[in-house]
Amino acid sequence: MAGTAHGFSVRRYAPERGAFAKLAARDSLVRRLDWPLLLSAIALSGIGSLLVWSATRNRDTLNHGDPYYFFFRHLLNTGIGFALMVGTIWLGHRTLRGAVPVLYGLSVILVLAVLTPLGATVNGAHAWIVIGGGFSLQPSEFTKITIILGMAMLLAARVDAGDQQHPDHLTVLKALCVAVPPIAVIMLMPDLGSVMVIAMIILGVLLASGASNRWIFGLVGAGVLGAVLVAVLGLLDEYQINRFAAFANPELDPAGVGYNTNQARIAIGSGGLLGTGLFKGSQTTGQFVPEQQTDFVFTVAGEELGFLGAGAILLLLGVVLWRACRIARETTELYGTIVAAGIIAWFAFQSFENIGMTLGIMPVAGLPLPFVSYGGSSMFAVWVAVGLLQSIRLQRPMTA
Amino acid sequence: MTNIPETGRTSRVTIRLVVLQVLVFSLLLTLGGRLWYLQIRNGQEYTDEAKNNHVQQVVQPAVRGSILDARGVPLADNETKLVVSASRTELMKMKDDGKAVLARLADVLDMSPKDVADKVRLCDAKTPQPCWNGSPYQPIPVTSKATTQQALQIRERAEDFPGITAEPTAVRRYAAPGKANTAQVLGYLSPVTDAEIEKAKDSDSPYLRSDQVGRSGLERTYDKDLRGKAGVTRYEVDNLGRVIGLAKADKAKPGANVVTSIDARVQAVAEYELLDAMKEARKAFDKNTNTNYKADAGAVVVMENKTGRVVAMASNPTYDPNAWVGGISGKDYAALTGKNSNFPLLNRAIQGQAAPGSIFKVIPTAAAVNAGYDFNASYPCPSSYSIGGQTFTNYESKGHGNISLGGALEVSCDTVYYALAHQQWQRDGGTKPKKDAKDWFYKTAHQFGLGKETGIDLPNEVPGRVPDRQWKQRFWEANKDAWCKQGKKDGDFVQKIAFENCIDGNRMRAGDSVNYSIGQGDTLVTPIQMASIYAAIGNGGTLHTPSVGKAVISADGKQVREIKPEVRGKLPITAATHKLIDGALEGVATRGTAAWRFQGWPQDKIPMHAKTGTAEVYGKQTTSWFATYTEDYSIVMTISQGGTGSGASGPAVRKIYNALYGLDQTGKFDPKKALLPEPQKNLPTIQPDGSIEAPEIKPYVPEPKEQPAEALAGPGANGTQRTAGPAGRGAGTAARDTMQGSD
Repeated sequence: MAGTAHGFSVRRYAPERGAFAKLAARDSLVRRLDWPLLLSAIALSGIGSLLVWSATRNRDTLNHGDPYYFFFRHLLNTGIGFALMVGTIWLGHRTLRGAVPVLYGLSVILVLAVLTPLGATVNGAHAWIVIGGGFSLQPSEFTKITIILGMAMLLAARVDAGDQQHPDHLTVLKALCVAVPPIAVIMLMPDLGSVMVIAMIILGVLLASGASNRWIFGLVGAGVLGAVLVAVLGLLDEYQINRFAAFANPELDPAGVGYNTNQARIAIGSGGLLGTGLFKGSQTTGQFVPEQQTDFVFTVAGEELGFLGAGAILLLLGVVLWRACRIARETTELYGTIVAAGIIAWFAFQSFENIGMTLGIMPVAGLPLPFVSYGGSSMFAVWVAVGLLQSIRLQRPMTA
Repeated sequence: MTNIPETGRTSRVTIRLVVLQVLVFSLLLTLGGRLWYLQIRNGQEYTDEAKNNHVQQVVQPAVRGSILDARGVPLADNETKLVVSASRTELMKMKDDGKAVLARLADVLDMSPKDVADKVRLCDAKTPQPCWNGSPYQPIPVTSKATTQQALQIRERAEDFPGITAEPTAVRRYAAPGKANTAQVLGYLSPVTDAEIEKAKDSDSPYLRSDQVGRSGLERTYDKDLRGKAGVTRYEVDNLGRVIGLAKADKAKPGANVVTSIDARVQAVAEYELLDAMKEARKAFDKNTNTNYKADAGAVVVMENKTGRVVAMASNPTYDPNAWVGGISGKDYAALTGKNSNFPLLNRAIQGQAAPGSIFKVIPTAAAVNAGYDFNASYPCPSSYSIGGQTFTNYESKGHGNISLGGALEVSCDTVYYALAHQQWQRDGGTKPKKDAKDWFYKTAHQFGLGKETGIDLPNEVPGRVPDRQWKQRFWEANKDAWCKQGKKDGDFVQKIAFENCIDGNRMRAGDSVNYSIGQGDTLVTPIQMASIYAAIGNGGTLHTPSVGKAVISADGKQVREIKPEVRGKLPITAATHKLIDGALEGVATRGTAAWRFQGWPQDKIPMHAKTGTAEVYGKQTTSWFATYTEDYSIVMTISQGGTGSGASGPAVRKIYNALYGLDQTGKFDPKKALLPEPQKNLPTIQPDGSIEAPEIKPYVPEPKEQPAEALAGPGANGTQRTAGPAGRGAGTAARDTMQGSD
C-alpha cells in the first residue's frame, strides 16, 4: 500500500491537503492502522452474520417470525462494535490507562448486578442482565477487558517508569488481587467458561509482564490442583459434570447431555471439503444443533461451507492473532505489551475452546466464538480489544 | 515503526512472547488438523449419519401368514382382538413406577393387581413367568381378552391410565378346526428379545421391537416366510419431528401362508383316537406291575408313503396353543413346563424316543438277507435261546418249529433273530471285533435311517440311537467314571450292572447284540423314524425326508413356492426281498399278531400291512408300538407304558384307517364318510385379496364304542420279548430312555 502511494504525486500539487488526503497520507492515522488485523476482524464478523442468519432463519420461536432478525442484529452489533473500536483508538490506550480504575469498578458492579434480581439465567449460567427490548448484557465479557487493563496497569507501572526491570513479587500479588473479585462473582454464576478464559488471560498477562517463572509455574500448578479439588469435592453442578462426561464419551447419552456434541460433530463431519452450500445444510435446516447461532456457530460453517469455509475462519483468526503477536512484540512500553498479550490469550483460548468443543476435542462450555457468534456483549468486547490493539500499534501520545 | 526507538525490553519478555505465539499457533494447528480429520478423513461416515438423523421411520407391522391344512383350512391364523398394553417407559417415569395405574387397570380388567404387575415386569434369570421377555421399550400386552366395555373405560379415562393403551390388534389364533388342535406341530410365538433384534439387525429380515417370533413347531421353521416384512415409511423431519418431506415408503408385505400336508379332519381323528386309546389302556391291568397301565404319553404319525408328507401328527399329553397368545399366564406356564406337567410342549412324534421292540424286526430281516441268509430257508424258532448260560426267551416262551424269515416276522419269533444276530456277532469276532467286521445288523439300521434325525421340517427333532460298537465305546468313555464309582460286585441289580459296565462296558457282548436284534437293549427310535421306514417299505423302498410344509404361498396367492418331497435314501433291500417282507407284513395283518385288529378289513381292496411291538423298559411298563401301511399311507402309533402293540394301539390305528377310507369296523365302505382315500394333491387356492377357499369341517364323530371285553382280549402272541436276567445290561440306562426323558 505504501509503495503504491509513492507512485502517485498527488501531494505535490495539493497546497492544502483535503480531509481524504489527510487520511491517506503516509504518516496518517488511518494508514498506520494494522489493516490485516482490521480486515480479518471485519471478514470474521461478516461471515458470522451469514452463519447466524443461516442458523436462525428457520427458528421461528427465536426470530419472532422474521428470518432476518438475527442477521440484522448481528450486523448492528458489528457496527456498534466498530464504533467502539474507533472510539477506543481515538481515546488511545494510554488515556484509558488513567480511567482503568473507574472502568474496572464499573465492570465489577455490572458483574455483581447479575446476582441481583436484574440477573437472568441462560443455559444453566446465571450470567445475564436483561435490559429489555430484546437486549441483554453479559457483563463477564467486559471484565475480560478491565482485568487485562487493570493488571497491565499495575504490572507495568514501575517497569515503564524505569524503576524495575521486572515487576516484583508484591506487584504481581497486587495485580492478581485485581482479578480475584470478578472471578469470584463469575464462579458464583456459575460461568465456568468465562472463568477458564480469565485464567488464561491472567497467564498471558503474567507471561508478558516478565514476572518471575515461579509465579507462572506456581499458578499453573495451582490451577491444576484447583481443578482436581473441584472435581473431587463435587463443587461443580450436575450439568457441568455431565458436560464433561459427555465430552469423554459422546455415545453415553446421545439424547441427553451427549446430544450437543454428537449433533455438532455430525454437522461438521457431513460438510466434507466444500460443504452443502449456505442455507442448504440438513443439520442446520433441521435445527439439530442447539445454540447454533451462538456457541455452536462454527457447526454452520462446517456443514454449509465445508473444510474450505471453516478453514478460512481458522485462517482469519490466525491472521488476527498473528497481527496481535506482532503488535505485542513491536510496542516499546510494557503496558502495551501486556495488554496485547492478554488479548492474545483471550482470543486464542476462547476460539480454541469454542471450536474445539464443536469438534469434540474440548468439553462443552458456553463461550462465543470471537466476531462470529451472535451476541452483543461479546461482539462489543472483542471490537474494543481490536481498538486497544490498534491503539498500541499507533503508540499515540496521550491526548488529554 | 522503525522510527520508534527500541526501549530496554528484556530478553525474558521477548522469549515469553515467542513462547506465547508458538502456543497460540499450535492451538490453531490442532483445530485445523481435527477439522481435516472430521470433514475429509471421516466425512462420509458423518454424511451418512446426518442422513439418518433427519429421517424418521414409521413402521407398519406385517400381518403374520396363516398355517393351512392341505385343503386350505386354517390351523393358525389371526383375529382382531382388543389388546390392552402398558408402556414400561411411561410407567417408570411415575413416582411410584406406575403401581397406582396398574392397580386401577387390574380393577377394570378384573385381574388381580399381582397378575398385572407380573406381566409387565421384565424377565431375567431370577424372574419366573409371567414376565415380559421382549424389548422393554415396546408396549407390553397385559391382556388380549379385553371386552369392548373394558377398552372403552380405559380410553375414556385416559388421564387415569397414562401409558396404557387399548387397541384392536391382530393376534394369533389357533383355531383347532374340527377339534384338530395340532398344538406341538404348529408351535407357538413369543416376543422377540433384544438379543435377537441385535443379531438379525443386518440380515435381510430384521425384527421390529413389536415382533413375535416362532419358538417351536412350524411357527419356528417357517418363521421367516410367515413373518412377512414390515412397512417402513421414511419422513424427513427436523429436530422437533416436524415432517419436512417424504423420503421413502415401503409398503408392509404381509407374511406368506404355509400350506401343510396336514389334513385337519384326519388330524382330529388321530388326536381323538390317540387320547381314547390311552384312556382305554389306563383301564387295562398290567400283570407284571400289578397296576393298571399308566399310558402317560403317546404319539401317532400318519404319513403319505410316496412323498413322506405328514397327514396327521398327534402327541399326547397336549395343550391349547392359544395359551401363549397375549403373553402366557404364570399358571399356564407352570402347567406347560412344570415338573409335574409331563411336558405337553414336547412333540413326542419327533422328540420322544423309545426302544422299538418288534416293529424293529424288518431291519434285522433285511440285515440277515444282506448277510447272506436265504429269506425262505428254514430257521428254528425254539421257545428260548441260550448263550453261555444266559437264556433269551420268546414271548410267553412259545416255540414255532422251523419257519422262514417271513414266518419269523409274522409270528414275531425272537429266537430266530437271536440266533442270526449271535452268529453274526461271532463271525465279526465277538468281543474282539475283526478289523473288517461287517456289523450287518447295525449297518442296516443306519441304512434305514436310524440313529440320526430324519430331517423333518420341525425343530428339535431327536436322533434316536443305534447301539453299535462305536456308540458303546463313546458311551462307556462318557460314563465309566460314574459306573466305576457306583458299581459293586455283590451289590443289588443296578450296582452289579454298573460294576460290569465299569470293567468292559465298551465291549459289544453277545447279549447286547442279541437284545438289539429284536429292538431292545439300548436301541432308541422316534415315531417319525419308524413311520418313515414303514412308508418306505410301503412305496417300494424309497426313504423320504418327512415333511409337514407343502408349499409357501404369498398372501395374494400369486407366488407359490412348492416344497417338493425329498429323497434321503434307499432301503438296502432288493426288489425281491422287498416283495417277501411286504408279503410277510401283510401276513401279520391277516394271520399274524395284528390280524385280530383288522377283522373285517377289505384286504382285497386295500391291502393292509402291519407289525406290532411291545418294548420293555427297565423300571417301567411296556411301550406299545404299532406300525402299519397301505398302498398310500402308513400309520405308526406308540403309547408309553401302554401295554402291547396291538392291544393298546391297534384299535386306534384301525379307526384312523377307517376314517381315511370311509370304512366301519365291519369293513363296510361309505364313500361319503371317506376323509382322504387318496393323498391330497392340489394346493388350496388363495385369492388376490388374501381370502382362502377352505371347505367346512365337521367334527369327528367316533363310532359307538364296542364291548370293552373285546377291546382288551386278544391272542397272546403279540410280539413281546422278555429279556432274561443280567442279559438286559443296557437296562441300566433304560430309565433315561423313556419317552418323556428326551427333552
